[in-house]
Amino acid sequence: MDLQAIWFFLWGLLWAIFFMTSGFDFGIGTLLPFIGKTDEEKRTMIASLGPLWHGNQVWLITAGGVTFAAFPLVYAVMFSTLYSALMLVLFTLILRGVAIEFRSQQNDPRWKRIWEICIFIGSFAPALLFGVAFANIFKGIPFDADGIYHGNLLTLLNPYGLLGGVLFVMLFLQHGALWLSIKTTGTVQQRAAAVGQKAWPVLVAVAVIFLAASWYATDLYANYLNHPALFLVIALAVAGLLAARLFMAGQSWIKAWAASAVTIVSCTFYGVIGLFPSLFPSSLDSAFNLTARNASSSPLTLKIMLVVVIVFVPIVLIYQIWAFKLFGSKVAAADLAHEEGAY
Amino acid sequence: MDVVMLSRLQFYATSAFHFLFVPLTLGLSWVVAYMETRYVRTGDETYLKMTKFWGKIFLINFAVGVVTGITLEFQFGTNWSGYSKYMGDIFGTLLAIEATAAFFLESTFIGVWHFGWKKLSAKAHAAVAWLVAIGANLSAVWILIANSWMQNPVGYTIRGGRAELTDFFAVITQKFAVLQIIHVLSSAFVLVGFVIMGISAYHLLRKQNVDFFTRSFQIGLVCGLVGSLVVAIEGDLHAKDVTEKQPVKLAAMESLWETTRQAPIYLLALPDEENGRNAIELLPIPGALSFLGHGDVNAEIRGLNDFPRDERPPVLWTFLAFRGMVGLGTYFILITIYAFIRRKKLLESPLLLKILVLSIPLPYIAIQLGWVVTELGRQPWIVWGMLRTADAVSAVSVLQVATTLVGFFLIYSLLGIVGYYLIFKHAKQGPQLESA
Repeated sequence: MDLQAIWFFLWGLLWAIFFMTSGFDFGIGTLLPFIGKTDEEKRTMIASLGPLWHGNQVWLITAGGVTFAAFPLVYAVMFSTLYSALMLVLFTLILRGVAIEFRSQQNDPRWKRIWEICIFIGSFAPALLFGVAFANIFKGIPFDADGIYHGNLLTLLNPYGLLGGVLFVMLFLQHGALWLSIKTTGTVQQRAAAVGQKAWPVLVAVAVIFLAASWYATDLYANYLNHPALFLVIALAVAGLLAARLFMAGQSWIKAWAASAVTIVSCTFYGVIGLFPSLFPSSLDSAFNLTARNASSSPLTLKIMLVVVIVFVPIVLIYQIWAFKLFGSKVAAADLAHEEGAY
Repeated sequence: MDVVMLSRLQFYATSAFHFLFVPLTLGLSWVVAYMETRYVRTGDETYLKMTKFWGKIFLINFAVGVVTGITLEFQFGTNWSGYSKYMGDIFGTLLAIEATAAFFLESTFIGVWHFGWKKLSAKAHAAVAWLVAIGANLSAVWILIANSWMQNPVGYTIRGGRAELTDFFAVITQKFAVLQIIHVLSSAFVLVGFVIMGISAYHLLRKQNVDFFTRSFQIGLVCGLVGSLVVAIEGDLHAKDVTEKQPVKLAAMESLWETTRQAPIYLLALPDEENGRNAIELLPIPGALSFLGHGDVNAEIRGLNDFPRDERPPVLWTFLAFRGMVGLGTYFILITIYAFIRRKKLLESPLLLKILVLSIPLPYIAIQLGWVVTELGRQPWIVWGMLRTADAVSAVSVLQVATTLVGFFLIYSLLGIVGYYLIFKHAKQGPQLESA
């Protein structure tokens, strides 16, 4: 594989890791009003992601930064054509971020209520919008040779785009429910486990519809038909789904969560592989497609970034896994009563 | 207003707001790590209380700094796609390295630090505090390298209608970047010094937690004094570098219109941009500007009228911002020297303590003014001498940008009010309620 192709897949990988890590944060935030009935239950839920969500969110900054560094033309055209959608993601992410930190700072039910709403919106909306955005990218965005967008925010809310949004929300809901099952005890865990089991058939149905709809709405399958071995990626996504259900039945939450992570990563790669070599296809004319070939940085920049990523991403993964293990035990009453910093 | 002006306003508002919170985290991260290390070394509980009290102020600032930082990274694409296409090969690389090699470190370990008190040994926990400080400051270093490249592009060639990287080492080691890094990181120490001294002074005036706040004050004093001296010494080198690389910016900073040998600095001046002269010029210090720019009172300094009108930055605001920053910087040195002299008699110096409480906002203002000089003084260029700001904007509509500008205004106002309300509340409360 040449540099541009390597970078294409690294680009996909970084987005996949972002969805895999922040995915459960979004899922738990979306579930907050439904699983957390009392203040203590809500605090338990927030505490389950408390030490980790900052680190998870940096994968978004890295995915964005790497898009900028390796494919500046894609970064420029993608972010400006999707202006309104991205700004909406930003606004809601900002609210979620401060809400997680601010909620516990005052012991007043109304104060807490406001920030809970922000956590919910700031988790549900980005999950939905990332799904809508990526589904639309799979389908192609109406932009011309100069990278100028011929559409509006509503253009993105087409049936296939919305289906992608629902798929992301369901993936993250299950992912979050499984994380809660690992990290909590008592009623929160019971409710989370129930949500995971109820969400599963819906997720399977949405995933099947999405795979079928992609046949009609996108050109994703062209690469698969040319190289049938690639269908293994879809098989992996299916295997992840099935394994998650089996592990849920056996109450092996960590394994179920890992299976869900496999599903999320392989779903992302399902799209990324289908897109190759395009990163940002145009629905107006395929001649305008931005690809790994016509939109990349110079070879020197790609080389330097490759060294940076090969050196630092494994280091980051090592210390993040260490942090995951450090905070791997169940959220206990002692954690919530802790004098400072408890949510 | 057109898309260019709206996008500039939006970038100004979002970056200025971001940088109300970030500088304190830069300086405070070191201070908290130091306090915690003292606790581990001496076993003195007061240091532990100090770590937690000042650490909480760090955490609130960090929370707001992080969420507003994402906005900045995205805006290069959303609002400045012309810039991103042209400069991404170099600028994007620096931002991506910042995230991968620095920001991950800070963000991952801040969670560990915040929640790991009972999970880690005291030594390991203190080590985590140092990792946070290193991550935070390295992060700033990469961003400043990127910004310096917009001020003074090096190590590139123009190929295929864009700037491409040719010498990475030149980009990350250029003098402009080194100076800017020293300037920003040491001004963060000035800020943290005045914030700690101010909050401590508030409590000392009320004779609350005297031991706790006297010790905190001493640490703040060292930060403030050393920081403001370093800023001043570095500022002198910085001015000479700007004279060489951005002569028109220097002329605007001092509102010098005609090219002059033995150029003076007028203590009182008011630019008249329409007529290309100063409306008021009083109290000259002969040769001072030549000395500032070249280290030689007889040297020639190029005036604004030597440059085409469409290559000059807005003079009035660049000039006023520079004056304000230098004035405040001078004040910081004088007041910290005085505080140093009185450091053993703080409780008997209520006037000094009152002044220091009231001085808390000043380094914030100085830092904001410094960025106005740097960024407004760079106009009309987005990359000095290479790409004009007006040519860098995205093909988005006025309505889109106006809407998001209003959105940012509303959300950031909320963040600002709540963030500072929480910091004030915590600072006023003091440490005694911490263990409740």
